[in-house]
Amino acid sequence: MSIKSDLRSFLTLNGELFRFSLRFFRHGLNPPFEFSEFLKQCYVIGYKSLPLIGLTAFIMGLVLTMQLRPSMADYGVEAQLPAIVAIAVIREVGPVITALIFAGKIGSSIGAELGSMKVTEQIDAMEVSGTNPFKYLVATRVLACTLMLPVLVMLGDAVSLYGAYLGVNIHSNTSFILYWTQVFDNLVFGDVLPAFTKSFFFGFAVGIIGCYKGYNSSKGTEGVGRSANSAVVVSSVLIFVIDLLAVQVTDILGY
Amino acid sequence: MHSELKLDIKSNKVMIIKGLYKSFADNHVLNDFNLELVRGESVVVLGKSGSGKSVLIKCIIGLIKPDKGSIHIFGHNIPDLDHDELDQIRAKVGFLFQSNALYDSMTVRENLEFPLRRHCLEVSQKEVDKMVISALEDVGLAHTIDMMPVELSGGMRKRVALARTLILKPEIILYDEPTTGLDTITSKEIIELMVEIQQKYKTTSLIISHDMNCVRMASDRVVMLIDGKCYASGTYKEITQSVDPKVKLFFE
Ligand SMILES: Nc1ncnc2c1ncn2[C@@H]1O[C@H](COP(=O)(O)OP(=O)(O)O)[C@@H](O)[C@H]1O
Ligand SMILES: [Mg+2]
Repeated sequence: MSIKSDLRSFLTLNGELFRFSLRFFRHGLNPPFEFSEFLKQCYVIGYKSLPLIGLTAFIMGLVLTMQLRPSMADYGVEAQLPAIVAIAVIREVGPVITALIFAGKIGSSIGAELGSMKVTEQIDAMEVSGTNPFKYLVATRVLACTLMLPVLVMLGDAVSLYGAYLGVNIHSNTSFILYWTQVFDNLVFGDVLPAFTKSFFFGFAVGIIGCYKGYNSSKGTEGVGRSANSAVVVSSVLIFVIDLLAVQVTDILGY
Repeated sequence: MHSELKLDIKSNKVMIIKGLYKSFADNHVLNDFNLELVRGESVVVLGKSGSGKSVLIKCIIGLIKPDKGSIHIFGHNIPDLDHDELDQIRAKVGFLFQSNALYDSMTVRENLEFPLRRHCLEVSQKEVDKMVISALEDVGLAHTIDMMPVELSGGMRKRVALARTLILKPEIILYDEPTTGLDTITSKEIIELMVEIQQKYKTTSLIISHDMNCVRMASDRVVMLIDGKCYASGTYKEITQSVDPKVKLFFE
């Protein structure tokens, strides 16, 4: 593998991915929309991810708080712990960690599912059964990912902040009410909105890449594994790229 | 809404393939392939692995666009049709995939309902149930209706796939290597079933295969696909007695 061929495959991937996304916006959402399949995917993608997202979010909130405490105590601003954790979780850690877990769980499963459907000719079978597989399989999954991830991020944030509450209470005794008052006193709309907005993009990225990788899976069981794997890798990297772009945009807009 | 396509189902020649070409980069898979299918007959296309049999059959159903040539089914040229028109032809042409292509995430019943619901929007649930059961009875697997595809053996999966193909009562059935991957006894059962169905529903069959049993038992006519062309054709007996070295290779 030379650098040249790596670069070429990187550029090809970008172009193909762009075309695939364009197809989603042009044709994926036209009627007739596969509504029942969409609802099923919302259930599978959103509801079934709740336990995993909840667990990781809880641990993250708790650990983040415990890690921050000593330094904050050194500076004598221990009382600000709820505020600083809330800002960190809501603005950055919550959306990004949730999206990464989501990429690992959902991106790989979409990649593997569509990949195995591709190699066992199930996608062709749909096509000859009077169904547009792009609409039935891709559009429903991408849309479900785009809409479910922001919901998961919000729920994850709430669980994280609860974990942080327990973290605060390991060494001090803050009442539940006081903790939440401190959290909300220090959060403004400008903290929540950009984070909420970028999680739509994270969800879209995970969905479209999982579908693209699965839909273009090469023959054989090895191809399916590779699709699932690269769906996770590419979407995880893209999550960071989107995050980087998002912070620039929010900076310019003054949030 | 899309226009209704006038299908010339009664015509004697149900399928006419003329001068079909298809290549992938430098790989010239089909090179001027010609074939005519007469109503009610069963034609086996024989060719070795990688000779382009699947490519041919996928061109016929419109999954692959040929580079050149025409495929007329019921009086319409497949490469010229748009999506909606193609769907109307596909409702009359069954396709049995080499790998069965049963939907893993659906039960046998849902697998069979899928093409029905998609192609005939006006049928009631009662009729759907009746058609599903009757199609499963045709292949002798009525008891598997609530099972998942993974719970079935290879032969059973092939039968369920066949039932799914039959459920729309197709005029033409295309079989892509129906016996590949099955043991000899199961293969024979599947071939017998195919012949039975052919007689019961008076369908026209195009069977792609490299299995001699399949050729012997199921063919009215054999076509040899060699070098992307229709190299030789005739009845099973005629073909076996051919002196052409490339044809003889198959019968050694
Ligand atoms: N989508 C494709 N892209 C590139 N090459 C293909 C494609 N489909 C088939 N081929 C090539 O066409 C040839 C015939 O394949 P196929 O029709 O599957 O053979 P078989 O007769 O075993 O069914 C093979 O050499 C295969 O590599
Ligand atoms: Mg094949």
